Amino acid sequence: MKVDSSIVRVSQVTKTFQLGKIEVQALKGVDLEIASGKYISIMGPSGSGKSTLFNMIGGLDKPTSGKVFIDEVDIAQLDAYELAWLRCRKIGYIFQTFNIIQVMTALENVTLPMIFAGVPNESAVEKGLELMNLVGLGDRFNHKPFELSGGQQQRVAIARALANDPAIILADEPTGNLDLTTGEEIISLLKRLSAERGVTIISATHDFKMLNVSDQVIWIRDGRIDKIEDREELSISIGTIGTR
Amino acid sequence: MSDLKATFILFSKVKKSVNSNISKVALPLDAERINHMPAGQQDKSSFGQIERQVVLPFGKSFEIAFKSIRVRFVRSMITTLSLVLAVAFLCYTNVTIDVVNGLLATGNADVRHQIIRSGYDVQPTEKQVENTPKQRWIVFLSLLVCVVGIVNAQLMSVTERFREIGTMKCLGALDRFILRLFLLEAGMQGLVGAGLGALLGALFAITSGVVQYGIPAITSLVWGTILGSMGLATGVGCFLSLAGVLYPAMMAARMQPVEAMRVEE
Repeated sequence: MKVDSSIVRVSQVTKTFQLGKIEVQALKGVDLEIASGKYISIMGPSGSGKSTLFNMIGGLDKPTSGKVFIDEVDIAQLDAYELAWLRCRKIGYIFQTFNIIQVMTALENVTLPMIFAGVPNESAVEKGLELMNLVGLGDRFNHKPFELSGGQQQRVAIARALANDPAIILADEPTGNLDLTTGEEIISLLKRLSAERGVTIISATHDFKMLNVSDQVIWIRDGRIDKIEDREELSISIGTIGTR
Repeated sequence: MSDLKATFILFSKVKKSVNSNISKVALPLDAERINHMPAGQQDKSSFGQIERQVVLPFGKSFEIAFKSIRVRFVRSMITTLSLVLAVAFLCYTNVTIDVVNGLLATGNADVRHQIIRSGYDVQPTEKQVENTPKQRWIVFLSLLVCVVGIVNAQLMSVTERFREIGTMKCLGALDRFILRLFLLEAGMQGLVGAGLGALLGALFAITSGVVQYGIPAITSLVWGTILGSMGLATGVGCFLSLAGVLYPAMMAARMQPVEAMRVEE
């Protein structure tokens, strides 16, 4: 599907992993365009190449062949500084295991990307508190991660991902380690933030609760894109999702 | 042209610029942000000038390194303990020699006999003693064992913190930030540990001097040389701590952020 303002464009990407003498082809030629401001879910079974594709989009890995463009910039051509700049300012990451730094308080975690971006301390703290209020943790900013529940840690991670006003947020199984209710809360929080701030959210997930809020769902199977479904085309009925 | 492309073109222009002092460049993305800041916050002198790269201010790296040590206090103590002991040993041998030299310098014949009797080989015309080669070897070996211990402990620490390191890189940390953090941590541990070790070693040497030769041991002390020995021992300890962390820190700095991403299913 051709879109005018595609914030991420994947072109003929393949990825082969060398495991000793065995070659594993994780991606067998993927073409993708993602429009800005949308909430995209990449869905697929384990071993389908979902996380490999995800890593490509996020600039964490380089394709064996093909190109990945973020905002029309080929990320394979970037050097270490520019890549770091990209990760700092343009992309926010959310992980399944939260990946909050345990030795810092919640507020320090949220302000860390701003420090890397060169924001002076006072404004960083101010903005950090603002973000923590946004995710509903305004009164727990001084707590260490082990004093927070899983859902709260994930909220801190979301606040951290938004620290530098990124254009893209990459969420890798954000609800993987959370129970049903907390997972739903996190998903609705993400959707609300995406709508309010116009951030493109790309999430790789097993979780079918994401289908409700996604603007577009990309089904990936066996290293290739199976189908891309827009919101209108999704027909969710209890009991038949499993047959997809 | 996209904003991002414009930004990276600016970066490459700066790289090629002859005047390498131009490291601050106005970024199109940030100009807007500055324009929206309240008037009081707009620093007129730095308007339009922002670091072209990601930064980690030195004060902040100190803070992070210090907190990392404080959180893993017991482990840090154990790592530094071996350093304390080795440096204490080094300082002890040096300060003992200083004490004996101080006593010899008084010119007292009784004291001289005492010293010769306690095993030092002093020629009639000589005024100084030195460490024997055997003693030097033992000190060297103890320091070597200590370094090996430090390298091992730091390697373990890096392996344990791979997720933390990967996450920081995902947030935009450059390789050298990670290196800096580890070096600062080891430097702080080294300074405190070696300082403590030097102090203990000196105290022990002076005490045993008093026990062996009586009060003259203290009165004839040349404080200059003692402080010099302590300083040397501290310096050596610091250096060893940094040398021991070098390889693990470089390993940590080269780590790929993708390692932080996936929990292996």
